[in-house]
This record gives sequence, structure tokens and C-alpha cells, in this order.
Amino acid sequence: MMKYENQDDGDAGLHESQDEMESLPLDEPSVVSGGATPTPGREPTGRTTFYTYLITMRTNIQGFGGSEFIVRRRFRDVVALSERLSETHRGFFVPVRPDKSVVESQMMQSEQFVEQRRAQVEKYLNKLAAHPVIRRSEELRAFLITRGRVLQLPKSVDVSPKQPSVVAAEGRTGGDLMRMFKELRQSVVNDWGRVKPLVVEEDKEFLERKEWLLEFEQQLSNLSQQAEALVKAQQDIGETMGELGLAFVKLTKFETDEAVFNSQRVRAADMKNVATAAVKSGRLYRELNSQTVKHLDKLHDYLGVMLAANTAFSDRSSALLTVQTLSTELTSLKSRIEKLEAASSKIFGGDRSRMRKIEELKETVRLTEDAKSSAVREYEGIKEHNRSELERLDKERHDDFMCMLRAFVLNQAGYAEKMANVWEKLTEETGEYAREGKSVNF
Amino acid sequence: MEQQRTVSGSSQSPRSPPSQPYLSVSVTDPVKLGNGVQAYISYRVITKTNLPEYQGTEKIVIRRYSDFVWLRDRLFDKYKGIFIPPLPEKSAVEKFRFSAEFIEMRRQALDVFINRIASHCELQQSDDLRTFLQADEETMERLRSQETGIFKRKPADFLQIIKDVQTKMSDVVLGKEKPVEESNAEHEKLKHYIFELENHVAEAQKHAYRLVKRHREYGESLSDLGRAFKLLGACEVNALGKAFSELGTKSEAISTKLQKEAHHLLLNFEEPLKDYVRAVQSIKATIAERANAFRQHCELAETIKLKEINLDKLMLTRSDKVGEAELEYKELKAASEEATRRYETIVRRMNEEFLRFQEEKTNDMGIAFHEFAKGQARLANGFADAWRSLVPKLDAYSSVSQ
Repeated sequence: MMKYENQDDGDAGLHESQDEMESLPLDEPSVVSGGATPTPGREPTGRTTFYTYLITMRTNIQGFGGSEFIVRRRFRDVVALSERLSETHRGFFVPVRPDKSVVESQMMQSEQFVEQRRAQVEKYLNKLAAHPVIRRSEELRAFLITRGRVLQLPKSVDVSPKQPSVVAAEGRTGGDLMRMFKELRQSVVNDWGRVKPLVVEEDKEFLERKEWLLEFEQQLSNLSQQAEALVKAQQDIGETMGELGLAFVKLTKFETDEAVFNSQRVRAADMKNVATAAVKSGRLYRELNSQTVKHLDKLHDYLGVMLAANTAFSDRSSALLTVQTLSTELTSLKSRIEKLEAASSKIFGGDRSRMRKIEELKETVRLTEDAKSSAVREYEGIKEHNRSELERLDKERHDDFMCMLRAFVLNQAGYAEKMANVWEKLTEETGEYAREGKSVNF
Repeated sequence: MEQQRTVSGSSQSPRSPPSQPYLSVSVTDPVKLGNGVQAYISYRVITKTNLPEYQGTEKIVIRRYSDFVWLRDRLFDKYKGIFIPPLPEKSAVEKFRFSAEFIEMRRQALDVFINRIASHCELQQSDDLRTFLQADEETMERLRSQETGIFKRKPADFLQIIKDVQTKMSDVVLGKEKPVEESNAEHEKLKHYIFELENHVAEAQKHAYRLVKRHREYGESLSDLGRAFKLLGACEVNALGKAFSELGTKSEAISTKLQKEAHHLLLNFEEPLKDYVRAVQSIKATIAERANAFRQHCELAETIKLKEINLDKLMLTRSDKVGEAELEYKELKAASEEATRRYETIVRRMNEEFLRFQEEKTNDMGIAFHEFAKGQARLANGFADAWRSLVPKLDAYSSVSQ
């Protein structure tokens, strides 16, 4: 059931917020023993085990021809999908896929690792499904619908210089993410440093946007780091509050057991109240924190978008490089033809070998002109993708961040109020000590 | 602060204006003096009283930490059995830094110390207290520097030396190496209670101290977050930028509240717990004194028996050493009675003190808990108000079209 209310953006009926295209892997990734691909180095008959994930996709987009699709995929397929999408969707901010990294996974229990990966894959697929262009792509469709093994799709001819591999570890702790981004940014910057003297980007507006994006990325990364520090601080204070509560629980029990005087019983009762308040407060901090993590996760998401944007921009640079390279080629080819024609015209009757050469060169020019046309088309296409993506980024960013800020603030306020209640109760319970006046002033 | 002398039920005569006896002391105005390793802090100790034993109604003297130590040591020696109020630790390391917080904590602790003494019905009558509160600085310095020996050369204590020497000898003679211990069930229970109590309270204090640190860290992280929000806001040009900026400013403001609360928590919650630990340790010292007194009482009683037997022997044989032995016996008897009296005084005092201690601690802790609760409530309400005040602003910004 599709809603057509918000059609003002002129899109052909696929409005992001109305359609539902979710991927919901079920709880249990199953282990499949596959003997098909022996690992190099092992015995030929060695069996390898790998995990597959059950991917459930629900949609109301009519183009899919159904409302629910269930397939099994392994991580390798996800990687393949991601690579394919970067090839076919150059210039778009293609969401970055989960990390392949094996190192950290070896430190975890395999259960934990698989669960983490499952969550990452789910998030990734949903990001793809949320992208207005990618959600309609053949590659994603095939991945989500085609039963059995996803066939290896033929790779397109790649004329551009190698891109730096773009991966991200989503759902990881922000700290790792930060490190990876720093390294990646370094490598991306370095690559561009190499390419710079050759590519002449003349679009001033684009250059300004790029610079702005770099600054924005830096500040976002900084904010993300501080957000992480906040989460840790909230966790710590909650923990200590809880431990303080437990210490008072022990004291309460001790004084109650050993009580000789009434004053001890009174104190035990007071300490019990303190313990209760502290333990409650500790719990509230924990809850506050798990919400805070969810809200501030948006920041990490956008850092991923920054990575995708970097890739999209380097797609553009390399496409431009291709155009300019071909242009230079053409120019030099044409001047060679000119020279040859000039030389050949001086000879009466023509110069057979030179004439042949000129013909060859003219053929090369035709081919090169074709190549250049398609390169220009490609470049213009990428430029347009960049532009529309930047526009989309501006709008979505505004909405997402406003949402995030509001949720963050409301969450903080809500829990602060709950905590105030806890402590006001204790204030009341210990009120007699204030009224009696102090015999010894602290 | 008011201090009442115990007047058993009698009401004031309506004719004369009521002039309740009072002794009020305050420790104020810490001033750092000296340089480097020899730096120290001096305090103004102001005494207001109408007690006849004191010179005048108000007296101000300058004292330093070691003067308080002198007083504590004198009281500990003279009033065995009483739980002498504890002093803050003599920290050699923090002295160098002398942070404002450290100075304030120490001043507060010293003020509490002297007031507890002034309000204790036995301790408040001590000569040493009067000296401490009134003597001029030079006298005080002289007295302070005399406290180098373990034994104070007073006539009454000469006997003590003799006793100790004799008991050591009798130990060797009798082959008794093992120290004698009380077999008082109630006292055993008390000892067990005190030793365990120290562990429990120390743990609570440890977590309280950590909690102070956590407040500071939380405050710092909010401050850093605020700054990061503002920087990102500067990147954005529209309403979103303003939203970030507002959030940043608010974060920084809240961070200040946390730092303030950390300070309040340290002085009004952690310090009382620390004081509780010190008090328990002071009781342990008193327990040790009681054990000493018991041991002396036992050993002298033993020695007396032997001397009696010896004396009877001598009297039977009409030895000319009888006179000397009789004199010795008389002295030892007096010393033994003295030792027994001392031991019994300690026992009596401890019983009273234990009750007083429990009541005092219930009150002290009650106040500390109340301050803790008030502070946390204040903090939480401050947070809630600050964050809530942002919501309408954020709503306004998000309704502004980009």
C-alpha cells in the first residue's frame, strides 16, 4: 500500500519516507558446512564452515512483484554487492559496507562476532534501501530477491585509476571508527595529492562545497569523539553510584546485625535509604546512557556519509581525469595527423606509407573521440549525481541532526527529572537532620 | 556553637538574666606561610566563652597543624578510654600543592575537631585545651617542641617507668612471654565490631571519593562536548547552526554545575565518611590502650602476690631486709591499685563513649546523607531545567525552513 501524498518533489511515486523496504534478518544465522570451496593449503577434501544470514525484505514498492522476500546470503555476497554498487553508481554517496576485519573478530567469541556482523549487515542493507537511487538498482534487487547463490555479475570495464578501498566499521565503537577514518582520510588526501596536478577542476562552486565538506567532516569527527567521551563519563558515574549503593547495603546489613544501641538501628535505616537512592540513580544513568548512544549514533552514520561523499568526489576527479587525458590524446593525435599531412603534401603523388599512417591515425582519432564522448557523458553524469547528492545531504542532514538534538536533549531532561525525584525523596527521608540543627558543623 | 554544661534539671532563676555557660570555638582564615619544604598553614582560632576558667570572653590565637597534633596527643595520653576526636591526616605530599580545596578541607576538619573537644563533657575541662585556646604563640611553640620524647617526665609517671622495668623483670623471672588478654565477651564483640566497621566504612568512603572524581570527569566531558557542538555549529549556516550553538552553550553551563557539585560532595559527603574512618581508627588506638592497661593491672597483681610471699618469708626469718621489703611492697601496692584504677576508668569511659560514639555518628552521617541528597537533587533539577529550556528553542529552529 503506497501513499502518494507527498508527490511534490516530482519523484515517480517512490517517496522515501512512505515506502517501506526493510531487510530484517531473522535471529539465527545458521552455520552451513560447505565442501565446495576447499581453503588453499588444506587438504582438497577439507570442509570449510561459514555463516549465512537470513535476509527478509518487506516492501510495498510494486516494482518488486511481491511483498516479502527471503533469501540466504553470506558476507562474501555482501562484499560483492558493495563493490558492484560502487562501480555502477559512481558519483553517488554509496553507503559504506561493514568491515571485513578478521583481527578483532578473533578476540571475540564467535557468537558475539556473528551477532555483531549480523547487526552491521542489517544496518548496511537498510541504508542501501533508504537511498533513493540505489533502492531501485538491479544489483540490490538481485541481492534481495534472487534465490540460491547470487551469480557473479560481470565486472564493468574500469578505465579509472584505482580507488582507495572504502570500508567502514559500522556499529563498532566510535574509537575504532575514528582511527579508521583518520587513516582513510590520510590515504584519500594522499591520493588526491597525487592526482591534483593533472586534474583541473574548474567548477568553483564544487570546490567550495568540497572544502566546506572537509571542514564539516573534521568538526563532525571531533564531535563524535567528544560524544564518545560523554558516554564513557556517564557510564562511569553510573557505575560508581551503583558501587556506592552496594557499599551502603553492606553497611546497613552490618549495623543491623551488630546493633547494640538504638542509634545504630536508626543509622542502618538511614543508610538503607541512601543505598536505595544510589542504586536507583546508578540504574537511571545506565538507561540514560544506552539512549544517548542510540541518539549520538547519528553522528557516526554521517561520518560514514562523509566517506561515501569522498568516494563520490574522487569518482568525479577520476572521470574528469579520463576526459582530460583523452582530450590531450586527441590533441596530440590531431597534431600528428597535421604534421604528417603537411609533410605528405610536399611530396608529389603522395607518400604511400605516410598516407597509410594518416588513415590509421584518423581511425584512432575516431575511436578516441567516441571514447571521449562516452567519458564526457560519464563525467557529466557523475557531476549531476554529485550535485543531487549534495542537495539530498543538505536536506537530510538538517532533518536528521535536528531530530537527533531534540531527542538527545529530551532524553537528558527526562532522566534528570527522574533522578531529581529519587534524590528529593532521600532529602525528605533525611530531613530531620536538617531541622534538628547541627551540633557540629561540617 | 552552643555548648551546655550539664545542669541536672534545674531551671534558671527568673530574677537573674539567664547566662548559660558556653564555649564556642572556630578555626578560620587559613594563611600559607613559609616557603618550599618548610611551608605551612596557620589558622586563626577564635574562642568565645563565659566560663570562669578562661581569660575574658573572646580570645584569638594563631595555631598551626602541629599544635592541634600536640593537643590531640596530650588528650590521648591523659584521658585514656575516651575516644579522642580524630585529626585530618598529615599529608606531606599535598602540602606542596596546597590547593584551595585541600586548605578548606583541612580547616573544616580542624574546626570539627576542636568543637568536638569543646563539647565533650570531660575533655572540655582539660588544661591542655585551655592552653591550646589561650597561650601565646611562643609558649605554644615551646610546648610543641617538647613533644619529642615518648615519656613525659612527670613525677607521677616515674612510677610508671619503675613499674615497666619491674614487670619486664618479673616476666623474665616467671618465664611469661605471652601478653595477657581480657576475656570479656562484650569487649571482644566490640573489638570485632570496630575492626569490621573500619572495612565497611572505608569502602563506602572509597566509592564516595571516586564519585567526586566522576562528577569532575562528567563535567569535563560535557564542557568538551559543548565546545565541539559550537564548532560544528559554526560550520552550519542556517537554523541548525544556531541549534548546535545553543546546545553547546548549554552543555558548558551544565558542566559548571557538575564542578560545583563535585566540590560540595567532597566537603559534605566524602569528608564526613573519611572522618568516620578516622574515628574508628581512633577507637582502635583506645582499644590498644585498654589492652595495655589491663596487662599492667594483671602483671602488677601478679607481682604483688610474689612480693607478699617474699615479705612473709622475710618477716618469719626476722631479716633486716624487712623494712626495705615492706616499703617496696607498699609502693607496689599503690602502683597496683593505680593500675587497676586506670584500667577500670578506661572500661567505664569506653562504655559511655561507645554510646556517645554511636549517637554522634548517626547524627553526623544523617547530616552528611542529607547534604548528599540535597546536592544531588539540586544538580538533577539544574540539569532538567537547563535541558528543558532548550526544547522550545529547538522546536522553533526546526520549524524554520532551511
